[in-house]
Amino acid sequence: MPNEILLLIKYTLLYSSVLMMVALGGMFAERSGIINIALEGIMVIGGLIGVLATQMTHGMNPVIQVAVSVIAAGLAGMIYSMLLAFASINLKADQTIGGTALNILATAIAMVIAKRVNGSQSSKLDYTNSSFIFNVFGIDVNVFLFIGLVFLILSFVILYRTRLGLRLRACGEHPQAADSVGINVYKMRYIGVLLSGFLGGIGGFAYIVPAVQSWNFEVGVAGMGFLALAVMIFGQWHPIKIFFAAIFFSLFKSLANIADSVSFLSRLQWPKEIYNMMPFIASMVVLALTSGRSKAPKAEGIPYDKGSR
Amino acid sequence: MNHLEKLKRGLSTVLSALISVAIGLAFGFIILFLLSLSTYASAGEPFTLKQVFDTAYNEGFLRLMKGCFYMVRRGLKTEISQAAPLIMTGLSVAFAFKTGLFNIGAAGQYTLGAFGALYCAIVLKLPWYLCLLASVLFGAVWGAIPGFFKAYFKINEVITSIMFNWIGLYAVNTLIYGGGTGAMYCAKTTKTWVIGSGVYEGTTIPNISVFLSEKPQGLGLYLKDTSIAIFFAIIIAIILYIIINKTTFGYEIRACGHSQTAAKYAGISEKRNIILSMAIAGGLAGFGAGLYYLSGVAEWQPLVSTSLPGFGFDGISVALLASSNPIGVIFSALFIAHIDVGGGYMNASFFPREIADIVSGIIIYLCAFMLLFKTAISKGISRVFGAKKELEGGK
Repeated sequence: MPNEILLLIKYTLLYSSVLMMVALGGMFAERSGIINIALEGIMVIGGLIGVLATQMTHGMNPVIQVAVSVIAAGLAGMIYSMLLAFASINLKADQTIGGTALNILATAIAMVIAKRVNGSQSSKLDYTNSSFIFNVFGIDVNVFLFIGLVFLILSFVILYRTRLGLRLRACGEHPQAADSVGINVYKMRYIGVLLSGFLGGIGGFAYIVPAVQSWNFEVGVAGMGFLALAVMIFGQWHPIKIFFAAIFFSLFKSLANIADSVSFLSRLQWPKEIYNMMPFIASMVVLALTSGRSKAPKAEGIPYDKGSR
Repeated sequence: MNHLEKLKRGLSTVLSALISVAIGLAFGFIILFLLSLSTYASAGEPFTLKQVFDTAYNEGFLRLMKGCFYMVRRGLKTEISQAAPLIMTGLSVAFAFKTGLFNIGAAGQYTLGAFGALYCAIVLKLPWYLCLLASVLFGAVWGAIPGFFKAYFKINEVITSIMFNWIGLYAVNTLIYGGGTGAMYCAKTTKTWVIGSGVYEGTTIPNISVFLSEKPQGLGLYLKDTSIAIFFAIIIAIILYIIINKTTFGYEIRACGHSQTAAKYAGISEKRNIILSMAIAGGLAGFGAGLYYLSGVAEWQPLVSTSLPGFGFDGISVALLASSNPIGVIFSALFIAHIDVGGGYMNASFFPREIADIVSGIIIYLCAFMLLFKTAISKGISRVFGAKKELEGGK
């Protein structure tokens, strides 16, 4: 029994740091007024580049390896998210369509690159993840838990205690008003999207690396990006609430993972997909209940055109 | 709107789609070239740029463009069987676009449609046309749910659809797998049972051979084992074109798409139209799954819970490329199926088949701001026509 609880805690910690980081990323984009459906694709690209960096830094000092590959993953996600920013901010494209395109592209790009790196027709990459994992009181803890907590605090401070945060939020609520007091709406929205790219890229890497030592990019990140979107909505676009939403969602996701192997759960004989489904159903219920007083940024999804009022 | 105006709009739509395709293919070629270059470079032997180019062109690009015609004997059947569901998911997304809704949920509705069709075929052993009907109903229900949330709770249909995609996938896989003992699950292949013969006689859609003579010649020879699903898809596309453009219901749908408040002011029930239009969109996507799985070309894999069926998302590319015109959807679906099949025929040791996905991904990305192309082209056409008029006026 204690072992099973430990397993549950291990998975919950693993998933919650991923979901929280990516959801925080989505929050920055949406708070600036851009819907970021491309999180799934950004995670794939971040994960891919992170894994490649881990392979390249193999054998180096673990601290350097972690730092280099995490930053590489974040930057890759950031660069990829520029495509979304350019299309939706400069070209005023439909944000959901642009994001969908980036999701489809990401998996295809990742597979082409992974196959090329392998020199074979398999898109599975192998790597060692020992630098990323520490053992604390008998639980395997990965470095992303700490990185995630740092990002959580930073996100809260940036969004609610700095001028940048105030301006960012203004652009998501009422860009015309923000512009009229001299805030550069385009710049703010770029910052929002790029931050989401950075967090999404690291989130994708954090999902892939600590759990396993090889990853087949055929599956992308298996819907984690979409789950993170649900976490963001469940967390009402607020960092602290997103933190709790992420823990809640990852508990279910972990239950799905260990449903077959853990005795007290397998006695229930619930198929694991039930646990997988629950977070989505829970967020639908919350969405329906809070629909009247949703905290969604008012101007999200609407391209900002300087000429219109 | 006069004829000239209509012609101009149609022309600029077609041209902007062609431009997106051309840019997408150009990027595809650049990637092929780079992959070819890196292969030659890593081989360590001297090579010329012409060799790199020739490999990229002959063993990659040409085969991608040839699609099924590279190996027509097997390719044609694959391409036609893929085009049928693609037309349907494309129509599903296109129809929702007409109401101003983005149906990213086609993948989930497709999943439910597949379940409905396969349940009726495998468990109830119903004839194929009843199975098809079931696929429509299952898809329609799954599409109506986001419509309902949109109409009564004002929740963005994109968010709801994404969530119901995954709920649908998990639910269908659980039901089919049934802990390994599901009636539809074949433990040996880890897929659903192969239908069409034995006890499942009559559960599959008839093949094109019913239309052909005893000994077909030419194309007929390659097509005789292909199911007639493609004809259903084309007929539905034509019917949908008529409904959207020639009926009161179609007018109401389009009015909601242009402005919901204006439609409401004109006495159109926007709530009813949103739910109805999402239900129809869902039914179309579900029907696509029915056409595919009842053609006996593939079986459902209930153990794969990590990704949604690709046809659902490809439907978005199809609809966008066709500017949501149902007749255009037929052609854009054929194109997407064509390069997908072609991608598989490229020399796999140089070029992964996913390059076809990259091309279609780039095309959707471009479609997101197709309006820009359209305005530019429209202006260009006006200039040409305007100049002509001036000349005529001068005479």
